[in-house]
Amino acid sequence: MIVIPCPWCGPRDESEFTYGGDASRPMPSLKNGNDQAAWHGFVHQRENPKGPHVEYWYHGGGCERWLRVERDTITHQVRWASDAAAKTEPEQ
Amino acid sequence: MTDFKPKYSAWELVKRAWQGDRPWARAWAQVPPKSGYQVVIIGGGAHGLATAYYLARDQGIRDIAVIEKGWLGGGNTGRNTTIIRSDYFLEASARLKEKALQMWEGLSRELNFNLMVSQRGYVDLAHSDGEMEAFVLRANAMRLRGSDAQILDLEALQRRVPQLNIDPMARFPIAGALVQERGGTVRHDAVAWAYARAASAQGVHIIEHCPVTGFEKTGDRIQTVITEKGPIDADHVVVSVAGHSSELARMAGFDLPLESIAVQAFVSEPVKPALDVVVNFNAGLAYVSQTDKGELVMGGGTEGYNSYASRGSLPRIEETAARVIEMFPFAAKLRLMRQWGGIADIAMDGNAIMGPSPVANLTLNAGWGYAGFKATPAVGWALAHSLAKGTPHPLIAPFALARFQSGALIDDGGAGPSPYLH
Repeated sequence: MIVIPCPWCGPRDESEFTYGGDASRPMPSLKNGNDQAAWHGFVHQRENPKGPHVEYWYHGGGCERWLRVERDTITHQVRWASDAAAKTEPEQ
Repeated sequence: MTDFKPKYSAWELVKRAWQGDRPWARAWAQVPPKSGYQVVIIGGGAHGLATAYYLARDQGIRDIAVIEKGWLGGGNTGRNTTIIRSDYFLEASARLKEKALQMWEGLSRELNFNLMVSQRGYVDLAHSDGEMEAFVLRANAMRLRGSDAQILDLEALQRRVPQLNIDPMARFPIAGALVQERGGTVRHDAVAWAYARAASAQGVHIIEHCPVTGFEKTGDRIQTVITEKGPIDADHVVVSVAGHSSELARMAGFDLPLESIAVQAFVSEPVKPALDVVVNFNAGLAYVSQTDKGELVMGGGTEGYNSYASRGSLPRIEETAARVIEMFPFAAKLRLMRQWGGIADIAMDGNAIMGPSPVANLTLNAGWGYAGFKATPAVGWALAHSLAKGTPHPLIAPFALARFQSGALIDDGGAGPSPYLH
């Protein structure tokens, strides 16, 4: 069982959350028009790392906030979790 | 290798028993790698070994090494729930899997290896009228393509699978089923062994315990595959690794549109024959069949998040077991005996990626998720054809990596670019 340290609710089991996928790719700017390569990179291409992975989790069973979480994809250990609306990553 | 390799047969079995059960020759030769090969196939699972076998049998290419980081068939080949079927709706998916199903039907004889191909029937359950209508559409598509499909209403389904709980007050009541009678199971590790034996007999080198650590490139070509057993030069490289495709692609200098996610399966203690079909529950996902040893083999959906840990989590076991018990209440009395996980690399549309890559002499066979086993013979056959002719075989052409840029996705599940949902 993965335990996610929710910044609002404290440590909670994965069963309270819904996974939202890779959070490492910034969405291309809508101002640049139709940049096919950039959108392909954002929608499809993934680093898929074996190790630390920054990803979204939705805390539906708690604060109902989207979180950004860094989790190791081999050990499932979570290093940090922050509110997805926060601009900066927490101090480690 | 000078070992005399007799054909496997009942006669040979009796003769050997008579002669004091002397040991059998190795099924495939143990050889150190040469300094270079025409084709180096990375990944000694059933897909890689089948590719080698068909390259040798059909295309006259025998200077091949299949290199495997662990032991043959120890990856997803030996971890799946052994199901074969071709009940797909989308044209590209259905054609490839139907070709595979036809090949499974004669494969034991061809490879002289009992693969225990059991066409016991694959029963796909619907839980609503809407789902039944979608099933009818899919069954019609299958029949129009020359495959077999039957739609069973609840009464007919109860006759076909008498053990099934069709209580209308169940949490997810069953409405009917799509049945493919030619579907069933195949002993999965025997597939790796049979292809290895047949490929080895044609001169293919099979090198186990040989992880790849990098590539040496000149321009946009791979010159040398660096392994823990030394460098191996290659005219052509096939990456057929399942799970770790992104890692190999990274070594070769490109990203892939896929994510690695664990999928687990488990078996119950063995019991007397109780279930003679494969049944799939679609409210959530749970598929179950009974092995010849008597264990119920059960599997479910993905773990739901990126993972390279080949083990499963308890919440998923609980979910899957609950669905199995809803289908077959007698299963509640069984104890789970073993549980394991495999790493499935799932592409952004949930379908495989086969064919050319951004590296000129690297061919991909990746992204099979947890749906690759059933396709094994057709994939090996079509990939071998593609490698020899230098152009993708029509069966695998739709699965090109370029589809993610062109937009011609093959999304059987309709789940969009979220591998963890496929």
